[in-house]
Formats: sequence, structure tokens, C-alpha cells
Amino acid sequence: MSQTVQQIMERCQALFDDLNFTSVKEWKAAVPGRKAIGFMPVYVPREIIHAAGMLPVGIMGGGDQLEVIQGDAYYQSYICRIPRSTLELGLTGRLDCLDGMLFPSICDVIRNLSGMWQILFKDKYVRYFDVPQNYQDGVGGEYYIHEMQVLRDDIGRIAGKPITDDALRASIAVYNENRRAVQELYKYRATKPWQAPTSEVYLVLRAGMVLPVEEHTQLVRDYIAATDAVARPMRDNARIVLTGAFCEQPPLGLIKSIEMAGCYIVDDDFMLVMRMLFDDVVETGDPLDELSKSFLHRSMQTSSKYDEFKKDKGKYLLDSTKLNAGEGVIFAAPSFCDPALLERPMLQAVLNEHKIPYTAFKYAENTGQMAPIREQAGTFADSIKLWSAA
Amino acid sequence: MTTPIQMTPPQASKKPVPPAQKEDAMLLQKEMINRNYHELATAHDRGKKVAATFVPGNLNELVMCFDFARSLPETNALQNGMRKKSGKMIMDAERDGHSEDVCTYVKADLGMMLGGEVGPTGEPLPRPDLLLLSYTGCFTFMKWFELIRQKYNCETTMLHVPYQGDGKISQNMRDYVVKQIKENVIPSLERVSGVKFDIDRLRQYMKESAKAEDDLVQVLQSAKKRPSPIDGYFGAVYYIGPIFTAFRGTTEATQYYDVLRREIEQRVREGKGPITPEGEMAEEKYRLVVEGPPNWTHFREFWKMFYDEGAVVVTSTYAKVGGVYDFGFRHDPDHPIESLAEYCLGCYTNLNLPQRIDMICKYIDEYQADGLLINSIKSCNSFSAGQLLILREVEKRTGKPAAFIESDLVDPRYFSPANIKNRLESYFQMIKQKRTVAAGAVH
Repeated sequence: MSQTVQQIMERCQALFDDLNFTSVKEWKAAVPGRKAIGFMPVYVPREIIHAAGMLPVGIMGGGDQLEVIQGDAYYQSYICRIPRSTLELGLTGRLDCLDGMLFPSICDVIRNLSGMWQILFKDKYVRYFDVPQNYQDGVGGEYYIHEMQVLRDDIGRIAGKPITDDALRASIAVYNENRRAVQELYKYRATKPWQAPTSEVYLVLRAGMVLPVEEHTQLVRDYIAATDAVARPMRDNARIVLTGAFCEQPPLGLIKSIEMAGCYIVDDDFMLVMRMLFDDVVETGDPLDELSKSFLHRSMQTSSKYDEFKKDKGKYLLDSTKLNAGEGVIFAAPSFCDPALLERPMLQAVLNEHKIPYTAFKYAENTGQMAPIREQAGTFADSIKLWSAA
Repeated sequence: MTTPIQMTPPQASKKPVPPAQKEDAMLLQKEMINRNYHELATAHDRGKKVAATFVPGNLNELVMCFDFARSLPETNALQNGMRKKSGKMIMDAERDGHSEDVCTYVKADLGMMLGGEVGPTGEPLPRPDLLLLSYTGCFTFMKWFELIRQKYNCETTMLHVPYQGDGKISQNMRDYVVKQIKENVIPSLERVSGVKFDIDRLRQYMKESAKAEDDLVQVLQSAKKRPSPIDGYFGAVYYIGPIFTAFRGTTEATQYYDVLRREIEQRVREGKGPITPEGEMAEEKYRLVVEGPPNWTHFREFWKMFYDEGAVVVTSTYAKVGGVYDFGFRHDPDHPIESLAEYCLGCYTNLNLPQRIDMICKYIDEYQADGLLINSIKSCNSFSAGQLLILREVEKRTGKPAAFIESDLVDPRYFSPANIKNRLESYFQMIKQKRTVAAGAVH
């Protein structure tokens, strides 16, 4: 029997609320010897972990329900919250179920956290995972393939057997399927945002941070089917694209507040790991080479990636706004997030050129006061409606 | 030998500031830096192209092969900070839409552009013809040049230098940097300058670099003596000026470091302590290692808090930000490109946290320091994120006391003299107490 939206959301909410990663522990306990590898935003090729029979687990910080005590002792007041809460999760044993942690290159804070993890969790596998900022196959590509090979060798060692090309190809196929499902969900939401509120879409995506990918793909499709089966009221909301939330996550209450203020979010940059690669990775040929080509030539523009040419700056945001019939952009960046906040004026300049309205605010993953954000988003939505009416 | 010179009085202070005393080498470096600003101001009139690049991982010898005038935005920002100009620039940039949360070097630079592109010395700073984004140890650099590119629309060449996440430089990292230099950086430099690359010219510059690096290391390591003849933080910023910026590889720099080394050797022979802005330090009471960049807007006031208490910084990690030379690395004319790659990969902020801790512990041991002081900079996550763990680990491993103060690079709003002084005084008390306890234990 197919699940209802409510049933799906209850499951996703429970996974989201569970800061003890029980589902990961259960997955490991189901078959002795199973292992799990954590990763932080923005992107790691999860296919490599999957191909070793391991569970990739996205660690998106501690959210607004985690009391950060120990983690705060490691950071000055002007550092964002995600490293504090992630450390808190680690120091309180909540991440003991992970056999390793990957720290992708996104900013100096997460980069340095990789070294802190090496010191504080000496018995765990820790790797800073660098991706190239040079997008030529023979230069950045060669470097990236080698870095992925190192990761593949390391993960193979932890798994106790090397990762074969065939296993990698099979994992690429599994993740291609997941990418397609997530893209379908994004398309569905952009077409009928009243049917797929972002507060739900977000939870469905978050479930993918802890569930096996095959299960998550099914979950995404089940959600689309379930929500499409029951008509919901369409409101005269402003269609907005939300950007800047690619690392530290906003509290769920903030997403709800934006929606309650009269905005339909038609695109966003939450959990980019699922959408970093635009389309299918080629499932034949050399798997690392194909993963590299996808990253170099067919991947998302985000602040932690270098834009080779000035003309490229803001291209994704602009295209997305047009493609999804966005009427405005909300810049929602975590406080003290260098990549998002340094990028913002450049993106705003591009939007100005194209006369696309925007508003901007900052948050932390534990932001509690939603009234100002609701007011700001509400005013923004009203102004869009007024301007478009004029 | 020392010569009194008139420093620009701080705007915030009403009291007249007495003339600062400086070593001859300090004056010489100031003259060199000022001359570089003049060369930049007149570069386009003289038919020269201008390259902007960053201090950590700069490819100065290579850029000189193409006759570029060289501008270093962090140096511009800090020079504006020392001249008390940066506060307004930062606020102008914030009014222009830049977040209060981000790096103040970037905002000081952008504010300077908004204010008419006048450099720290009052001469115009030309628009760069090339932004050479050699991106070592700091993600902000990447955004910084993207921001400048958006304003000036000038050609940008990226050199991505991978981070030493595993605490070592792998062959893959080295090959990647070498390949980028050969296939991207050199062709861009040739295209923009119209000058063909001559590897022998590069080798010649690198020979000069290596000589200067030898002398610099001798100067910095002179602080192992008691008393230390130099201050390895406040004084060292003058010593590293030429080699970290537009002069590494020039004969001028070689001469400068030769003069400096001789001057310091003389001080050692005479058993003298460091020269401070108020003259020679009388008694060396505390020997410290400092981690983190200095504050530039109140540089002299900050330094005074140390020398007034008889505290000398024997070595600092900041003095390694534009190159770690004291563990043996030298630019190698026999392998010029590979050596440039190695240099970029080895800069201090490209080291991982365990490496940084090892280095500081080694310094505390080799320089017989009383402890570690961390000056945590709000603007600089590359330095600052993780410093509280560095503090704990260094204390644990060395048994020496560590202390933590906070300020900023060039934003005067984040320099709180009373707080810093208070913390420093407590720290000196703590060192004294530890000594007393240790002496008691011996008896």
C-alpha cells in the first residue's frame, strides 16, 4: 500500500530530529562488518563510498535542537556555527557510528576542522577532500582523478577489499538514479510549489543524508506520487529562488517562515551533494575519469567553486530564476560564512543588471527568532506582487 | 645603528607620538616598499603592465620574468591600516553592500577602489592588467579576485594550490601546481605582457631569492640567542616585507638581507636586545612565540604593550606566511618551476593543524620560549579557525602557558587596547608564577 504524504513526512521528520543517527546504527547492525563514512557539505563523490559497500552519511551540523557546549569551547565568537555543532556531535559520541569523516574543500573553517578532527578523533579515518579549481581535463582533471584514487584506496582498505571498477560503475548507476529522482522532485516543486512545500522537500532531501541511496531514491519518488495524489490549495505567493544555504543549514522553522510569509521556494542550494552533478555520469568507461568529467564540465556553480570567467558569475542563479519562473531571489547566508557572504555582492550585481529583485538576511542553524525573517520575507513577497502587478 | 624617524601619528590619539626608532634595515625596507608604490603609480605611463597577486604563494620571480610591476593587495591593505586609512575604506565597502562578517583586507581594498584608487603613499594605484590568483592557504583570496575582476573586468589567472590536508605534499599536488604554472600561468603572463618566457632569467632571479632566504633565516634564527637581538613578530614584519612581496629575487632584496644580517650579527656580538620604536629594549623578561597576524591599525600601541613589559617575541608563525624557510626550503634555480610549486604548497597557512601545532611546539623548544600567545584575527578564518585547539595542544605538549587575545587586521573597531593589555598583563603574571613554581620545585 502506498504511503501518504503524512506518513512519509513523519518518517523524514524523525530522521531529521534524530541527532543520534539511529538509522545509521541500525543499518550497520543489520549486517556485521558494515561501515559508514561521514561527509560535510558541499560535495564528495559518494559513489566511491557506496562502491565499497559502505554508507555515506551527510553531516549537516547539529541544527537548532542541539545544545552546543563543548563545541563552543573550540571557536571564537566570529566563526560560524556548523563546525561547533559538528564537533559537539563528535565529542558527545553521537558520531561514533561513523568509521571516518570527509571534509570537502569549501572554506577555511571546514578545512581546518579536518585537522582538528585528526587530533580529536585519532582512531578515525579523516580526509580533507580537495576538488580542483582548474577545470581542464589534463590539469585539474588529472589531479582530481588521483585524489579520488587515493580516497578509493583508503576506503577500500577500511572495507577490507579493493573497490573494483565494476563496483564503481554500479554505484554511479545507483547515484544517477538518485540524481534523476531529486531532479524530478525539484522540477515538480518548481511546477507546482503548492503541492510540494519546501519545508517538506527539504526533509525528504535531508533523509537522503542518512538513508541508503537506493532507499532514498524510492522515498523521493514515493513523496512525489503521494503529494501529487492529493490536491492542495494554490496560493498567490511570490516565486523565489533561495541561495547561500549550501553549508550550514537554516533551521526548518526558517524555511517554514519564508513560506508562511508568502513565498514559494522554486529553487535552492540545500544539500548540493545531491545535485552537484547536473546529469548522469557516464556508466561505462573509466569510472573515476567519468566522475571527474562530470565535476569539471557539468556541475553546479556554487561559491566554493572558482568561476573561470567574469561572464560566468551568477549564471546558474540567473538561469535558475528564469527557468523556474522565479520572481525574486532570497540571499539566506549563515552568519560569518565567507564563501556565501563574499559571493553575495557579485550575485546581487548580476541580478541588478537583469532587474531581478532580491532581499538578503543572515541566519545561524540555531536561529530562534523568526518574526524578523517572516516580516522581511513577507515584505519582499508583497513588493514582488505589487511590482509585478504594476 | 638606529635612526629616529617621524611616524604618522595615530588619528585616534590626541597625544603627540615621539619619533620611532628604527634599524637602518627597517628604513631601507620602507624606502623599497615606497619605491614599489611609485613604480606602480607610474607603470602604465612607462609602458609597463601591472600584475596583482597575493603574498602567500606569490610567484614573484616568475612575474618579474615578464616585466610586470607587482601589486599585492594585502600589503596595500595593511599599509593603509598602519597609516590609519583603512577604517573609512572598510566602512565604505560595507555601505557598498559588503558584509560586516567578512575579511577586512578585502573590504579595505574594495573601499580603496571606491575612494578613487589612491594607494597608501598617496600616489594612484593603477588598475591591474592581470590578476594572478595564486591561491595558497586561504579561500578568501579566490573571492577577493573574483570581486576585483567584476569591477575591473581584467584577465584573471588561477593557480590552485591544494591544501596539505594530510600534512604532506604529495607528488600529485606538486604535479598539479607545476602543470598549472606551465600550461596556464606562464601562457597568461606571456599573453598579457607580450614578453616571451625565458627560463634562464627565472633561474637567475631564483639564485638571488635563495641568497636572500639564507640571510633571512639567519636573522630570524638569531632570536634563539639570549637576549634576542630581534623581535620575531613586530620587528620581523619589517624583515619579511621585501621577500614576501615584490622584491624576492631582486638584487635589491639580496642586498637588503645582507645589510640586515650584518646589522643583526653586530647586535648579537654586542649582546643587544631588539630595537623598539622607543629605543633598544633594556631587559628581556619574557620570551614568547606568537601565532596569528598582527593588528595593523594600532601596530605601535600593540607592540608597546609587549616591550613595556620586557616581552620579546622570539618567533612567530606570521613571519612564515609568505614562505617557510627555516626548515630548509629554498627556491632552487636548478628546478625552477618545481621549486615554485613547492614554495606555494609549503606556506604556513597551507599547513594542516597538526603541522602548525608541531611547528609551534618546536619553536617553543628551540627558541626557549616561555609560552605561546595567540593573536586571533576576526578577519582571518584561515589562521583563526582551530586556534583554541592549537592553544590546548601546545600547552599540553610543552607544559608552557598559552594565552589568547583577539583583534583584527585592519579594522580599527576590533582593537580594544584595554582588553588586550589586561590579558597580556595577566599572561605575564602567569608566566612569572610558573617560573616561581618551577624554581621552587628545583630547590
